[in-house]
Amino acid sequence: MEKAPRSEVVGRRISKTIIYIVCIFLAILSILPFWIMFVNATRSTPEIQSGLSLLPSTHLMSNLHVLLDKSFDPLRGFLNSFIISTSATICTVYFSSLTAYGLVAYNWKMRQPFFTFIMCVMMVPYQASAIGFYQFMYKLHWTNSFWPLILPAIAAPAVVFFMRQYLLATLSLEIVEAARVDGSGEFSTFNRIIFPLMMPAVATQAIFAFVGNWNNLFMPLILLTQKDKYTMPIMVSLLRGDIYKTEFGSIYLGLALTALPLFVVYFLLSRYIIAGVALGGVKE
Amino acid sequence: MRRKGVNYSKYGYIFTLPFVLAFLIFSLYPILYTAVIGFTDMKGLIPKPIHILDNPFQNFKDLLFDNPSFRKSLINTGLLWITNFIPQIVLALLLTAWFTNRRLNIKGQGAFKVLLYMPNIITASTIAVLFSSLFAYPMGPVNSLFQMLGWSDAPIYFLQDKTTARGIVSFIQFWMWYGNTMIVLVAGVMGINPALFESAAIDGANAFQTFFRITLPSLRTILLYTLITSMIGGLTMFDIPQLFLAGGPDDSTLTTSMFIYGQAFKGSYMYNRAAAASMIMFIIAAVLSGILFYLMRDRDAAKLRKAQKNIYKSEKAAKAAAREV
Repeated sequence: MEKAPRSEVVGRRISKTIIYIVCIFLAILSILPFWIMFVNATRSTPEIQSGLSLLPSTHLMSNLHVLLDKSFDPLRGFLNSFIISTSATICTVYFSSLTAYGLVAYNWKMRQPFFTFIMCVMMVPYQASAIGFYQFMYKLHWTNSFWPLILPAIAAPAVVFFMRQYLLATLSLEIVEAARVDGSGEFSTFNRIIFPLMMPAVATQAIFAFVGNWNNLFMPLILLTQKDKYTMPIMVSLLRGDIYKTEFGSIYLGLALTALPLFVVYFLLSRYIIAGVALGGVKE
Repeated sequence: MRRKGVNYSKYGYIFTLPFVLAFLIFSLYPILYTAVIGFTDMKGLIPKPIHILDNPFQNFKDLLFDNPSFRKSLINTGLLWITNFIPQIVLALLLTAWFTNRRLNIKGQGAFKVLLYMPNIITASTIAVLFSSLFAYPMGPVNSLFQMLGWSDAPIYFLQDKTTARGIVSFIQFWMWYGNTMIVLVAGVMGINPALFESAAIDGANAFQTFFRITLPSLRTILLYTLITSMIGGLTMFDIPQLFLAGGPDDSTLTTSMFIYGQAFKGSYMYNRAAAASMIMFIIAAVLSGILFYLMRDRDAAKLRKAQKNIYKSEKAAKAAAREV
């Protein structure tokens, strides 16, 4: 009688040990490349070439000098990326919330067809329009401008979809009715009552929109040709070029500088980010 | 005293107007424009007036039948997607099964999730350049590691070999995305009614049976979402292969997006060919999405609807019969 449960307990202990080993291995796999990046950012090129080390060295400042002497201007790239990502994020979350509210709060004829349409738009790969988009912007003389990277963010079908699911679950139309009785116009009801109520959803979507815009390479690479307009990912692509061929320490430092702000934000907000991915995945 | 209800439905149109306008201007018009360019002879730096080819499908025909580079890019894209997605979904499902199994009760789940998701947040271009430095030849961190562990005597030129180059690109994609897939799936499992698991436990189902009979079928919608987003992401794969090896060696990591970019913007200005390639990609995405929707459709729900219809019909018939009596 006693043997069966004991073997089961032992079996569970073995499988649990295996699970922990796999998870720890995967966690190390996630950290190691970044750790090597940060360590190598502080090592000189000969040190990097002589082999792998997991301990930092003392060449951070000299690497920085080499890095900044050439055409790499992380502050400029930072500022440009920041302007584009912030503006695009604001456009995305505000107009997506507005669209979703329009879909949920009002009963209009085209409501269901419009929603189906948004679902379809979600599946269009953006390269499908890239050539036409470039030609169009070229005619408007909008290449090397930030507008074509910001304004299209107003129409973000995936975010509208998410906001709609959120509103369906949380919005009670009685609040809207009460605001109407108090004489609030439809727009001010949205701006002053509904939008603040949507903050949890807005915050998670804002994080993703920001990261997505910050990481975008394809469109900026096509549209921005002037050096002073370069975004962070384009700056990174310069590190791959010939000018840094032998300056390994500086390459790693350049990479570290582009990743550092995202690391800081990630570890501050990781709980919300994870919850946000989870929320985004649960549909219906 | 109550006034007649105001009709608010016009606000539905007003509130969705900015979305519609932005979509028409920045998406639909460029898509149609791209489609038209695909039928023209538009090339060169200075735009010429649009001129439709005598044989409108010439660009498409050239691409599909006479352009080995384009065909290669399609094959590469498919290959890279399959080789990163299959291990990704398998590992994500395995981790999901572990993390959501209450009998196992894995500790430190929160920390594991934060760490496994981390690669997803860092700029893909940073990761691409980072990995090309890590796999450097003759002395790079990975080569040092291999020699330290005694796996190889001489340095390996990873980036010059087609198989290892493709393998590394697949690995980077896998490594960046499996954490994301896992979190989405874990959330999906948490959304399943716990009563289902309880009754399975009472019926004496083991872990495997529970996972394959209850968890997986309940995850259908979320799996569909994961499949479609991953497929669109795989079709448009750009920054990792572009910055990792710029398509080399010998075009073995050239993806369709890179082909389009290369044709139009890297000095050759073949806008017509790039546009036709974009349209082919668009059609492939649409067809594959359609197939996925069909395969993953809710068969039970369709059956249920049919059954309800039948019940409704027989009720009607019964009523009619009753009336006759």
